Parts: sequence; C-alpha cells; structure tokens
Amino acid sequence: MTTITKLPDPTAGRAGQPAPARKNRRRSGDLRIALFFIFPAMIGFVAFFLIPTIRGVYLSFTEYSILGEPEWIGVKNYTSILGDELFWNAMTVTVQYVALNIGFQTVIALGLALLMHRVAKSTFIRGALLLPFLVANVIVALLWFWMLDYQLGIVNEVINWLGLPRIAFFGSEQWAIPTIAFVNVWRHMGYTALLIFAGLQAIPNHVYEVASLDGASPARTFWSITMPLLRPVLVLVLVVTVIGSFQVFDTVAVTTGGGPINASRVIQMYIYQKAFTESDFGYASALSVILFVILALVAFIQMKFLKGNESDLD
Amino acid sequence: MTTSTNPRPGAGPRGSTSPSGRPTDAGSRNSGAHSAGDGGTSAASAVVRPRKPVKWGRIGAWTLVAVALIVTLAPFLWMLRTALSSNHSLAANAGSLLPADFSWGAFKRVLGLQSPEEAIAEGGSGAAINFWLYLRNSIIVSTLVTAGQVFFSAMAAYAFSRLRWPGRDKVFALFLATMMVPPIFTALPNFLMIKNLGLLNTYAGIILPFLFMTPFAIFFLRQFFLSMSREVEEAAMLDGAKHVRIFFQIVMPNAAAPLATLALLTFIGTWNEYFWPLLVGQDESVRVLTVGLGVFKSQSPQGAPDWSGLMAATLVAALPVLLLFIAFGKKVVNSIGFSGIK
Repeated sequence: MTTITKLPDPTAGRAGQPAPARKNRRRSGDLRIALFFIFPAMIGFVAFFLIPTIRGVYLSFTEYSILGEPEWIGVKNYTSILGDELFWNAMTVTVQYVALNIGFQTVIALGLALLMHRVAKSTFIRGALLLPFLVANVIVALLWFWMLDYQLGIVNEVINWLGLPRIAFFGSEQWAIPTIAFVNVWRHMGYTALLIFAGLQAIPNHVYEVASLDGASPARTFWSITMPLLRPVLVLVLVVTVIGSFQVFDTVAVTTGGGPINASRVIQMYIYQKAFTESDFGYASALSVILFVILALVAFIQMKFLKGNESDLD
Repeated sequence: MTTSTNPRPGAGPRGSTSPSGRPTDAGSRNSGAHSAGDGGTSAASAVVRPRKPVKWGRIGAWTLVAVALIVTLAPFLWMLRTALSSNHSLAANAGSLLPADFSWGAFKRVLGLQSPEEAIAEGGSGAAINFWLYLRNSIIVSTLVTAGQVFFSAMAAYAFSRLRWPGRDKVFALFLATMMVPPIFTALPNFLMIKNLGLLNTYAGIILPFLFMTPFAIFFLRQFFLSMSREVEEAAMLDGAKHVRIFFQIVMPNAAAPLATLALLTFIGTWNEYFWPLLVGQDESVRVLTVGLGVFKSQSPQGAPDWSGLMAATLVAALPVLLLFIAFGKKVVNSIGFSGIK
C-alpha cells in the first residue's frame, strides 16, 4: 500500500487538487511553452482573420479605390446600398438560389441518408456518392456546362429525343438560377447525406425496438422518432449548408458570369465585381458586412427556433 | 417443426421469422391456431400483411440507391467519353454513349503535346495552355499549405489541449468564433494586405493566409489530443523529456491517423480552392489549375467551344483528387461525419 501511494507523489499535479507550490511553477512554465506552441497559429490568426475582420468593418465606412487612401464617409455606403437596385436584385437572386438549393438538397440528402442507413451501409456506396463533393466546384461547373449545353449537351439531346423543346439552361433568365442550384445540389447531396447518416447512426437502436414493440408503422416511426431525434443534426446541417450556399460563387463565375443580364448575379458575384471590376473597395466591404450580418442572423435564428443545441435524447 | 421455433402460439406470428406463419400443413396444434388467424381475424392479417411491402420496399430502396449511383457517377463517365472523342465528331454523335470517333487528341492538346496548328485543326483554340505549369503550381501551393497548416495547427492544438495556461479557453473560444466569419468577408482586406506587402502574383500571396492555421484544423486536432491518455506523457516527463520532445515523439506519432485525415482534407480543399487564387494569383507563372480551367474555358470561342479539350482538362485536373480518393477513400468518408458537426 505505502509503496503505491508514495510512487505517484513526485508527479504531484496529476490529479492533485491541493495544488502545491510545485504546480504553480509548472503553470507559469506551461505558459511560456504554450506561447511557443501557439505562436505560428497566432500570427496566422491575427494577420489573416482578426485584423482583416476589423479592417473590413472599417473599410465599409470609407470610400476606397485601392489608389490612394481610404476616405471616411460614415454610413454613406450603407445608405446607397439600400437604394441600390442591383443589390436588391442580387439579394433576390441569392435567396432564390438558396431556397432551391437547400430545399432539394435537404430532402434528397435525407432520403439518401435513410437509404444508406436502412439498406446500403457499404463504404463503397457512400464513397461514390461523396465523389462529386471532392471534385473542385470549377470542374463540376464545367462538366455540367457541357452536359447542359444548348446545342450538343446530352441532357438537351435526351429532351429533344423525348420530343420536347431544347432548354437554354445557362443562357435563359428563368433557367439560370435553377440550373446553378441543381448543379450544386448534385455536387453536395452525397456530402449532406453523409452528415445526416452520421446523425442517424447516433440514434440508439433500443428506441426503434420499443417503437416496433408498440406496433408503430414505418411512417409513424419516421415522423415520431427519427425526425425529432435527428433534429439537432438536421439543424446543424442546415446552418452549415445555408451559410455555405449564400456564398455561392465558383459555379456562377465559371458558367454564366452573373448573366444573362443580371439573372444569376448572386451577392458574392456582386461583391467581387464591385471590388475588382469597379475597384470600389469601400462599397464592396459594406456589401460583405451586410452578407456577414445576414449569415449570422440566419445561424442565430436557425439555432434559436429550431433548438439545434438541444437533444431529445436523455 | 414450427413448434420448435415458436414455442408459444401467441408469440408465433408476431415474433415474425418469415416463413413460420405460412405452412399450415405442418400438422400441429400450433399451426391450427395460425391458420385460423390467417383466415379471419384482423389481428393476424395485419401482422402478416406488412411482410410483402417490406420485401418490395427493399427492392424499391435498392432501385433508388442504384438511381442515385447512376446520377452521381454517369456524368464522370460522360466526361471521360467526351475527352476521348474527336471534337469535330461530337456534333454528329451527340447522343452516342461511346466516344465519338475515338481520339487521344484532346489529352495531347491539354498536355501541350500538339502543335498549335494541329490543335486548331482539331477544334482547339491554338493558344498555349501551360497545363504542366498550372499542375506544378497547384502541387506547390497545395503541398505547402497542407504541410504548414497541419503542422502549425497541431502545435496550437497541443497548446490548447495538453498545456495549462491562464486564458487558454478564452483564446480558444476566440479562435473558434472566427469559424463563423465568411471567407468573402476577410478576402477583401486580405487581398489589400497581400497587395500592400507586394505579394500579388507570388506563391507566398496565395499560400500565406492558409499556411498557419484554420480554426477548423485546430478544433479538429484538439478533439483528438484531448482524448489521448496522460500516462505516457507523464512517464516521459519523469524521464526528463520537455514538451517539445513530447510533442514530436509522443503526441504527433500517436495522432498519425487524425493528422493524415486532416492533411487529406486540407490538400483536397486547397487543390479545389478557386476564389482566393483567382484574386491574388492571376499571373500565368503562379496560376493554379482551377483558375487555369476558367481561362481555358474562356479561350474557347463562343461559337464552337473545344469540348473534348475542356473535358480532358477537367479530367486531368480532377485526377490527383480521384487518385487520393481511391487510395484513402475510407478515411475521407469516415471523417465526414465528424467534420460536418463542427
């Protein structure tokens, strides 16, 4: 007995709440070594996350065209944005895109996740469904740009073969946004399904056993057990995907460039053009502050009203 | 004998084992009870009926899985099929499943193995596509970002998980909070900073913002470091090892699996990044593949785009990710569940 209690004694701080002087010395020693370990990350954090965030807010109150110095103009950028038709158009287009994208993506992904959970758990199938997500946005965009081509694209060939009129998917005002939304649903559905699948795996089996003992139908089980228990995961998935899809850019930039006319000029495309085509960095910064605020609100509302951080389990 | 599987008549039909309900000829007191139930009482038929839909349901479910796989994979095959077609024959054979007039021309064009005249004759733009250069740039950028980000994030994660220092959790919370800031928001000021530093169109300009950390990488590794046992570490300390040695010789090797997973995700993510290299890496000498593909597309005259060439280019650009995925697919797939629940 005595030998066992004596042995760990020199290490002291281990589980020891009655911190002796030795532990205090170790604590300050830890601080110095901690600073060493955290130093590179701190540089990156301060230089490329913290300062840019502050500077971005500052720039939004200035007029700044890269040449020369930023000039403080107060809230003028924001007031002009409120009366900017192109901004409202960009917002409308973006919201349309987000609604289409998230709507289809969530439903399809939920279906796929249930399929994976109930019948096909193989890693191969999950891997295959994930494939589009791993390929660059640009590549996915070009691939579908080709497949949906008006003249030669396979999709229009099939439409034509069915005896229907060809569709200018990327080239017509009413089709541009649904098409871009579709392309990104295709890219993300497997990924989103995997996230939901992980949530399904976390639901303990005994809950289902109890339900089947009570004679609950599959539909009843789905609506009364699966969906409520999946809620925290679904909310997280929604927050992540909505925030992601508000920032759609790559697909638009490579396919339509925002056209035809302004039909697919999403908010990030508008910010990009203001900054780099019109060299209006103050205005572009104000736009990105607004986007930031919207995203924060979306996340807050989703977490708050869908109670994403509360689980019905335990 | 049915009696052996269903000792109690009442439990029989509900206890399920599929064929046990049917064979009424099995000649026992039990089966008699069953057949009576099958004939009339709603209770038994309600129990038997769900069996058929379940079977159909499985067939239906597998059909849906098959459809999902086709929808997911067919476009990639179409990409390959187009890349192996001759550009001029695409129009005549727009719907044929096999390559139209099989040709390696598109790949040769992309890889710079064709003279401009040949390229134009085959429907290319004739402009030089420095594909090898873009490929090299992508490799340089992705490798450096991956190495730096994973290593420095691991260091920080060590400080956040294994060391005790005042203010640790507050600093970590601050790091985490920046996960909420959308990339576009920091992209503009970062562009200005890179420009002011004179680093536009340099590797450094493309790499620096991602070299030291991302909040996600630190969070990801911290989770694993927290779960490692303290025993080995303390034994090493008794032997007089310092934190630097513990980090390199104990923590890093023990966390090889999560480090590899993070490296894989970081590499793929950096390889696919478009927006930032588009802002700061426009110059030919540092242009990465994703940006190069965009340029390739815009080079194609609107009237007759070089579709075979474009698909060959996208395929070659996707190849490294596809190979990584074939090699380490399971790791990626299994890490998704974790990475999503940020």
